[in-house]
This record gives sequence, structure tokens and C-alpha cells, in this order.
Amino acid sequence: MSHTPSTDMITPKLKMLTIINMLKKGMRSTGRGLLDFRPIEVVLGYVPNADGSALVRLGNTVVVAGVKLEIGSPYPDTPNEGALVVSAEFMPTASPTFEPGPPDENAIELARVVDRALRELKAIDLSKLAIIPGRKAWVVYVDIYVLDHDGNLVDASSIASLAALMSTYLPKVEVDEAGNIRVDRSSKVSPLPLNHKVVTVTVSKVENVLFVDPDLEEENMAETKLIVAVSDDGRIAGLQKSGSGGLTESEILAAIDIAIKVGNDLINLITSKTLKQN
Amino acid sequence: MEKPRLIREDGLRHDGRRPNELRPIKISVGVLNKASGSALVEYGATKILAAVHGPREIPLRHLLLPDRAIIRCRYHMLTFSTHERKSPAPSRREIELSKVIRESLEPVVMTEMFPRTAIDIFIEVINADGGTRTASVTAASLALADAGIPMRDIVVGVAVGKVNNVLVLDIDEVEDMFGEADMPVAVAPSLGMITLLQLNGVLTRDEFVEALKLALEGANQIYRLAREALRNSYLKVRVEE
Repeated sequence: MSHTPSTDMITPKLKMLTIINMLKKGMRSTGRGLLDFRPIEVVLGYVPNADGSALVRLGNTVVVAGVKLEIGSPYPDTPNEGALVVSAEFMPTASPTFEPGPPDENAIELARVVDRALRELKAIDLSKLAIIPGRKAWVVYVDIYVLDHDGNLVDASSIASLAALMSTYLPKVEVDEAGNIRVDRSSKVSPLPLNHKVVTVTVSKVENVLFVDPDLEEENMAETKLIVAVSDDGRIAGLQKSGSGGLTESEILAAIDIAIKVGNDLINLITSKTLKQN
Repeated sequence: MEKPRLIREDGLRHDGRRPNELRPIKISVGVLNKASGSALVEYGATKILAAVHGPREIPLRHLLLPDRAIIRCRYHMLTFSTHERKSPAPSRREIELSKVIRESLEPVVMTEMFPRTAIDIFIEVINADGGTRTASVTAASLALADAGIPMRDIVVGVAVGKVNNVLVLDIDEVEDMFGEADMPVAVAPSLGMITLLQLNGVLTRDEFVEALKLALEGANQIYRLAREALRNSYLKVRVEE
């Protein structure tokens, strides 16, 4: 059962009012503007045993995403395609408010939002992932672990997932006449086929001010936020209003325009960072 | 299931509706005996029962807030509400929807009037034919109103979809399954506030603007029906006197 959260960090009222007053003047505590992300660091191949991985630092938020490719049976309605499975966990290392145990509603929501953006855009070309059409195909597992929480986990996770997928290579596969599959993970033959790139841009609202990439304090005082998945061709690949509170029609349109612009810059930034390392 | 022709040659949808036409909507308020408030809402073959208990004290005191009530919400599907039997274990989808539905109602409920209590909302999907979360929002907000809980507005939900490149209002399961996009929206029309917005699919900015407009028009129609149903539930009491 979902309930109004009661374990959120408490921010002193004086500090809260200061942050709100600054936001209204277009300023942030760290000197960045309303539409500026914090510095982003992407470390590809952070987990050598994964088929693709990326550690992303977004300010003080740290997320690691890993890709594992496994051979599985295709879904009956898409017999000639691979499959995508996205999951997320908020580790107790990330915050004193995170408990060990199965993913809570926030982790489930995050994973499903990232999943929908990748899936609906057909970001991964699943049609090229059949091994024995109708019988065996690659299953792409994207697993996201939040290691340190200083706000904006969804965007950090979507960046980490994209970077991890962009660094994933398919291993060499041989199928003999009897239909036995032999995988040689030591030789990586081709990059995971991608059709599109996609990131989410979460636009937060405090009073009438819209801004991106909140740190934890800003996030806790935001009335609500709109997560916008933006594709590399400037389309909207998913939306999710998250958090109590509402938005007017004009606020939503403004948020979407912000997200499309910022998202495009983010995709270019991640692409250049991954190209350098790949 | 075979993919039907989603937009027919005459421009109508597979069930004969125009693109901007809702399914037949039935709303009854106060349908349960023991709940503080309840509502039964049908959008076509989608059938949702919502019950509200409270504001009430709960044993889990650590959850309660000193300055307002908490809202607890469960979106739940009956095992036989879908084509394939739904496992009775809570699914990831149900967990996510319980959250977004709760968050669509929080802004309108005057929780500050009932500190240290819980308002519990139970939503049962009796039959699923698309648009279950949006019908759930409508049902839950009417159940809250029926419970006499002060609210700033009633929230109503409706989904817009894109099928065969046409934006259509209040999509059913076939249109959701074979269409290109599904965008559930919930609105508090008098406040001019959108309290639930999701998009499963890909839209251009222009398509989104169109889709949101279509959703708001649909929501206004449902809002009128919802208010009428609420009023009728009180009229009945007066007649019985």
C-alpha cells in the first residue's frame, strides 16, 4: 500500500525559505542557474565483469548501472526479438532513510520510467538480438544501483543506463547444427545495436519556479516534478508526474520545452564522454 | 488477440466511437455499507470499485504525521479482471499505480484538518478494459467526497492514446495494446491543476500539446458526470426522508 512519505529529511525552515527565495530570483545555492545540471562524471566499464557498465556522478549523487546479457526464450508475441528487463535498487549506502529489502515504490517507479523510455523508443534494436529465431534470444538486463543519494536519482539513473548500454558489446555466439549454443564472452564482436539515445530530464516545481537537477534539499521542498524522457531526435519518449502536487497546463508545456532543450544537450554530453572512453 | 483495424475507413474507431468520444460512463456514489465513502465507476467495460475508510487512527503510529493526515492507497486488480488470470501477488505495476494515484489525490484532500490520522483508499479493479488507473482516480476521489472529507476539488481521470497516428480519447484495452501511445491524465478542473500525467509511448511536442488538450476536454465531460453522481447520492437521501 502506498502512503504519504513520513521519513523525509527535515530541512530547517530558515534554510528552506532562503532556498525558495533564491530560486524565485533564478539562483541556486551552488551558483548554477535554474536550467543547469551539476557536473556530470561518467566512468565506463566501472564493473569489468558486467557486459556493459557505467558509474555516474551527478554532483554528489552516485549511481552505477550494469548490463548483463543472458540467453533466454523470447516472449511468445515477439518470437524473433530479444527482451529488455530493467530493475533498480536504492542501496542502504545511499541514505540513512533507505532500508535493505525488496525495492520500494520509489525504486520500482524509477525502474519502470527508465524501462518505458528505452522500450517505447525502441532504443535497443531488439530485432537484432535473436539467436535462434523463435527459440532463443538475448535478454538485456539493465540493473541500476543507487549508491549515494543527493537528489535527482531518476536522471542520474537514466544517464547511467544509457552510458552502460552504449558500452555494451555482444559476445561471440556459435550455434551448431544440433542447436547447441556456445558463447565466447572473451571475444566481443559487435556493440549492442541501438536505434536511439534517450535520457530523462526531471523538471521540479517550487511555487511557480521550474528548475532541473535538484539536489536533495531542493528535491525535498519541491511540490512536484515532471519526469520527461527526451529522445535524440527531440521527441517525448515518456512522461511521469511524480510527487504530491499538481501542475497547470502552461507549467507542463514550459517543463517540456525545458526538458527537450536540456535533454538534447545531455545526450550530446554523454555521447562525447562515452566516445572518448569506448 | 488479433489486431483489429483501429481506425476504420469512415474515420471511426474499432468500436464505432469518434476520436474525441468517451465510452459510456456510469458513476454511482455511496455503494457500500461499511466504508466511510465509496463509488463504483464504469468507463465502458472497465469497472472500478473504490472505498475510503477514515480519517482514522492506525496501529502503525510511526507512519502518522503531526500536522496532517497521511493518505494510504492501494490499487488492486482482481485475479479474474483481466484476460489472463492475474497473479494475486502485488505486481510492480500495481505498486507504481498505487503511488501515482495517491499522488494525484494528495493535492486536493485537506489533510491538514485531520492530523495524526490515516485516510485509507482501496481501489479494486473488477474488470479491466483499458483506462483502469484513470477510472480509479475518478472513483477514489468520489469515494473521498462521499466520506465527507473536505476537498479543494474532485479529481477525474481519462487517458488519451495514439492509434494509427490518430489521437483518441479514453482508449480501451485493444487501443492500448495495439496503439502507439497511452497517456493517462488526471485533472482537478476547478483548480486548473493536472495531478497525474504519464506517457507510455513516443509523441512529438505538437502531438503532446494536442493530446493534453483532448484529455482536458474529456476530463471536463467526466467532471460534469461526477458532480451529477455526487449530487444524486444526496438527493436520494432527501427523498427517503
